[in-house]
Amino acid sequence: MSVFDIISHQLVNGLVLGSFYALVALGYTMIFGVIKLLNFAHGDLYMVGGFLGFLSLSAVASVVGSDWPGIFIAMFLSMIAVGCIGVVIERVAYHPMLAAPRLSILITALAVSLVLQNTVLSLTGGQYTAFKTDLGFGGINLGSLFISYNQMVLVATSGVLMIALHLFVTRTQFGRAMRAVSIDMDMSQLLGINVPVIIAVTFFIGSALAAAAGTMAGAYYGSIWYFMGFLIGLKAFTAAVIGGIGSIPGAMLGGLILGLLEAFGTQIPFIGSEWKDVFSFAVLILVLVLKPTGLLGKSEQERM
Amino acid sequence: MTPRDTASDRLRDRIAARFESPALRWGGIGLILVLMAVLPAALGQYATVIMTNALLYVVLALGLNVVVGFAGLLDLGYAAFFAVGAYTIGILTLDFGVNFWLALPVAVLAAAIAGVIIGGPTLRLRSDYLAIVTLGFGEIVRFSARNLAITGKASGLSGIGQPWLFGWHIATPTDFYFVFCALAILAVVVSLRLENSRLGRAWLYVRHDEDVAEAMGINRVAVKLAAYVTGAIFAAIGGAFFAANLGAISPESFSFTQSVLILMAVILGGMGKIPGVILGAFIVILGPELLRNLGELRLMVFAVMLLLIMLFRPSGIWPKRGVRS
Repeated sequence: MSVFDIISHQLVNGLVLGSFYALVALGYTMIFGVIKLLNFAHGDLYMVGGFLGFLSLSAVASVVGSDWPGIFIAMFLSMIAVGCIGVVIERVAYHPMLAAPRLSILITALAVSLVLQNTVLSLTGGQYTAFKTDLGFGGINLGSLFISYNQMVLVATSGVLMIALHLFVTRTQFGRAMRAVSIDMDMSQLLGINVPVIIAVTFFIGSALAAAAGTMAGAYYGSIWYFMGFLIGLKAFTAAVIGGIGSIPGAMLGGLILGLLEAFGTQIPFIGSEWKDVFSFAVLILVLVLKPTGLLGKSEQERM
Repeated sequence: MTPRDTASDRLRDRIAARFESPALRWGGIGLILVLMAVLPAALGQYATVIMTNALLYVVLALGLNVVVGFAGLLDLGYAAFFAVGAYTIGILTLDFGVNFWLALPVAVLAAAIAGVIIGGPTLRLRSDYLAIVTLGFGEIVRFSARNLAITGKASGLSGIGQPWLFGWHIATPTDFYFVFCALAILAVVVSLRLENSRLGRAWLYVRHDEDVAEAMGINRVAVKLAAYVTGAIFAAIGGAFFAANLGAISPESFSFTQSVLILMAVILGGMGKIPGVILGAFIVILGPELLRNLGELRLMVFAVMLLLIMLFRPSGIWPKRGVRS
């Protein structure tokens, strides 16, 4: 392969990876924006989304088949279900802890993550579940570069979801209220914004986006398991930090940057793909050390 | 959380008050020491091996307690320091033929340096960033152990020799049980001394209010770094003897689950309270032995317990007296 082939090939890989990271990173950043909580359970919602997407697809496959239309319906059902799970988690676990010391709420988030992981672990016995679809291997050739239809649909769907979110946040009353709450929760409350509802909507949307990514990743890679949310949770957090935590465009940008960095990182001589994960953690630590506010974030004082 | 003065709290205070008298306290400590000494003879080899593991967890949990309980920092990659200790011993004794007792200080030093490298830049940041950076660091260490030739890749290191101590060859499970008894006692004594030291009071201060602590002249970052490095040293010593005891180590001994189990030991019993942390370590190790038939639900039970404790009893099963949530 020529250098150009490698570059364009990794560009496509990076975009696919980056779309997953961006979708998950959006939930991290939105939830962080409104309640300043690092939701450790977010990666696990992606995992639960993958499983619920798989179950929904099994349920609807006999009617609509398990090609993209079926997957979209399954994804939609999974998004609704995981969105509701996110709202319940917030009400049950995080809401009572909002006034508690930060250490307590972080540990609570960790506990929620472990409960989700171990629930799925005990239901599946820790085995990989095959995510069977009828997706073909077709695609188009651009010169020597092959792009599969699946990759195109996946990147396009992520793009549509992100544009929809952007319009929701910038153009609607809810979105404006959400931005207000993330700037100053108490002031928003005084101005008549129903803060608990806004928090619930934020958890719903953030969790639903993770579920969309989980379903698509399951269909794309063909298997799901209980621990699949762990690494992507860490990487999506990295993406959110690169973009500037709390910033929605930042999360999209950070996701794409991390996806591309990782794709091209595997091409660096002597590093190789087994170091891929180490590479993204190293990026996380470097960004936190050199520019903790990220590319589009604002500097912020720690909550007291 | 609102403070609650429940009947169980009052009962606990009354019982605790009985133990205030020095005679009873020393009697209690003497009794525990005697029980520890006769345990291998009384309960047989299987129980001795389990107890050795529980005592290792006491050392690790007390070390993590310095970071989480004393200084109030969440460390999700604590197993990394445990790994640094174990692998340093493995590499030095196997590849370089260094004596265990000479390798031990190197292992401690290596863990302390790792603590400074990872803590130094990140302790200035928001506390939840530290949590995720430590998580990332834990994974970096495990991935590196799995990918590097010197750490034996995925199969790890085996054939690590058992040390000699003044003509005593520490070889049988019972020998190692007594070594871990000594380490656990040492860890308790060091924890108690640290808690009541100038540094311990600085940690308390920083944990309760960082900004006021800084205004009172406490160097926030230095004090946190001290906690972080102290925790790393506890883990390295535990890891060194863990490697010598098993003779073989592999990357999977130092997974995220390991870090989480140690953290659970700290939180279940009661963060910052030394007897609580010891109790937590025993619950985490002995619990699954008692609930054998639970199988894979083991971690699930701990996870639900952790969640319930955080929601309803944030200061743990056996919290510090007078400090309620």
